Amino acid sequence: MTGTPVLPDLARVPRVDEVGVAERVARFRTRSIKKSSKIHALKLALSMIDLTTLEGQDTAGKVRQLCQKALHLHEGLPELPHVAAVCVYPTLVGVAKRALAGTDIAVASVATAFPSGMSFPEVRLAETRMAVEQGADEIDMVISRGAFLAGDYRRVFDEIAAVKEACGEAHLKVILETGELGTLDRVRRASVLAMHAGADFIKTSTGKIQPAATMDVTLTMLQAIRDYYYETGRMVGMKPAGGISKAKAAIHYLVMLHETLGDAWMTKEWFRFGASSLANDLLMQIAKQQTGVYQSADYFSKD
Amino acid sequence: MNRETSPLAFDTGWRYDPAPESTDHVTIDERYGLFIDGGFVSPRNRRYSESINPANEKVLARVAEAGAADVDRAVKAARQAYEGVWSGLAAAERGKYIYRIARILQERAREFAVIESLDGGKPIRESRDVDIPLAAAHFFYYAGWADKLEYAFPGRRPRPLGVAGQIIPWNFPLLMLAWKIAPALACGNTVVLKPAETTPLTAMKFAEVVRDAGLPPGVVNIVTGAGRTGAAIVEHPDVDKIAFTGSTEVGRLIMRSLAGTRKRYTLELGGKAANLIFEDAAIDQAVEGIVNGIFFNQGHVCCAGSRLLVQESVADEVISKLKERMETLIVGDPLDKNTDIGAINSAGQLETIRDYLEIGKAEGADIYQPSCRLPRKGYWCRPTLLTGVAQSNRVVQEEIFGPVLAVQTFRRMEEGLEKANNTPYGLSGGVWTDKGAKTFRMTGAMRAGVIWANTFNKFDPTSPFGGYKESGVGREGGLHGLDAYLALD
Repeated sequence: MTGTPVLPDLARVPRVDEVGVAERVARFRTRSIKKSSKIHALKLALSMIDLTTLEGQDTAGKVRQLCQKALHLHEGLPELPHVAAVCVYPTLVGVAKRALAGTDIAVASVATAFPSGMSFPEVRLAETRMAVEQGADEIDMVISRGAFLAGDYRRVFDEIAAVKEACGEAHLKVILETGELGTLDRVRRASVLAMHAGADFIKTSTGKIQPAATMDVTLTMLQAIRDYYYETGRMVGMKPAGGISKAKAAIHYLVMLHETLGDAWMTKEWFRFGASSLANDLLMQIAKQQTGVYQSADYFSKD
Repeated sequence: MNRETSPLAFDTGWRYDPAPESTDHVTIDERYGLFIDGGFVSPRNRRYSESINPANEKVLARVAEAGAADVDRAVKAARQAYEGVWSGLAAAERGKYIYRIARILQERAREFAVIESLDGGKPIRESRDVDIPLAAAHFFYYAGWADKLEYAFPGRRPRPLGVAGQIIPWNFPLLMLAWKIAPALACGNTVVLKPAETTPLTAMKFAEVVRDAGLPPGVVNIVTGAGRTGAAIVEHPDVDKIAFTGSTEVGRLIMRSLAGTRKRYTLELGGKAANLIFEDAAIDQAVEGIVNGIFFNQGHVCCAGSRLLVQESVADEVISKLKERMETLIVGDPLDKNTDIGAINSAGQLETIRDYLEIGKAEGADIYQPSCRLPRKGYWCRPTLLTGVAQSNRVVQEEIFGPVLAVQTFRRMEEGLEKANNTPYGLSGGVWTDKGAKTFRMTGAMRAGVIWANTFNKFDPTSPFGGYKESGVGREGGLHGLDAYLALD
């Protein structure tokens, strides 16, 4: 991004037909991914995970365990990729950073009064800066859904732009919390708003609100990313988060990504899964592909 | 669009491995006779023709060519069954038989889907998710009407017509069979049906279903063959009704032959449907609708949205998005679960399509096709856009019946409407807009039998289907479909 971001003309944002989106998504789900193309997808999905713990009861010990898991997904399986990042609360960024020192696994931190965003702008910016100072490579911010739903787009836009500035070198993921936006038209509008305000990634959900990520919402956001790319030449990443726990679902997402944005987006630089339990199902499927049989969940460490 | 930006690439990385549907559970006989009076019999003249798999040009089976004598035998069997059993049967009992057929079709759905794809070239995704389930749904739907006909036509006394001669096309073999046989039986008629010569196999399998369902012999008779067999049915003096789906050209011949006779008829003929995209439409979903409208079943669809009319202010965006979407369509093995566009149904049809592409080129059209790879054997045609064409072009006026879309633009609603209606056909149409009022104005003013709003190619047994102008006479499906098989006193 260069120059000052400018609020886009949201009246020009294309409308979204929910029935049509659901049909397109159903079509992605009928794709049958087999053999080597399946193994490729399973490993790719693994490499795109933001391994996440965002609970009030999180401790330094829990985060160190998570980092250990991020580094050693499954010693029994050869040639496994690392996950992309671990995602924690700001106060635990330092812990994660130390545990992952010397690796290429990024530390992502939620910020801006996650998950509701209901705090003073100064507090949200200060939290962002402090998380970055602690070493966060990526910041997952939440938008002010109340302001967005009230039509105060200028405020939401300015907030994102300010957080982007506060991020400095850190990558900014903007969480739209689509479960609170209600319609795909609003999802599309919020996506455009966030990208123009400087988002490096747009992200569906906090995981604290149902529904979290859905394929319908994700497709709408991917189409917004594609149009923004053609308009500006800038690539923006996508992160569905919450509710994706099965390998099969992850493969459907990758099919959708592949057929919407193409090959350039098929890396962890441009696509992430925000998930806590997806990794083990992927591992279980990879083991199945290699050994021919399913193993008990007890053979895969929980965290 | 930013012209500096390089286009998205879809073919440089991840490729899906083949995912073929298994054919192990399917048996196709080497040779099929005619299904007459409850059993398979040889044709009198002992002549057989081959049904081939258009995806690899291999022979699947040899199928009887019925002559006039065989057709006569079938009509006699149908007459006998009509008078001896079927017309006197309690309506609820008729319904039970039809329900039984529907259930057997559901049970054998996988087998029927595979055979439909083998014989006709359509992707297994479509035969599995559309053709076979819809065929079963038609039987379920009309089974329910069998004992309620008085309620369909209050104050009238519905009576069956007698023997129905039915001739169906090769694009949706089992589904068209269901459209024809289900309402005919529900109304108390018996039938002699002729499937298309390139796609007879699911009809022969259906004959097994009829036998397994225990239908009285002669109620359903299936005779295979080409145009001459069809003509023998049409001309047979003891047939009470002709139901035909196919080309306008053949439809004319049938009408001529039926003129002055007491025979009733319904004809479902060609189309050149306009699919109109307004500037306020949900563009990404409209693009998907255009793809479904024209590339569904390789464009072998009489109601295909083969003329795209797009409002000028969004034309560039729609066309570039459409081209990009076409890059992701997978053309190839119909049995592969990931195939979007299968094989062209026959060598003859491929020839027709190629001729039209040549005509388009000669008329000055710009031809766009994606870069997809095609198998070496078999009949294939890449999905195709023809831009820079006008109303006066043959490729805009005539039905191509392939994956070929003619693209035109319009500025004002009236202009779009005028172009949409300026065709000898009137089978279907599509309107894409976010404005309800515009939808109703357009759908009210477009002269076509079925018009979809913000969707395309949606079928349901409860909905009537049929054409204006050269697209046909009469309606099939829904309550209207009963009317075509009844005399109402």
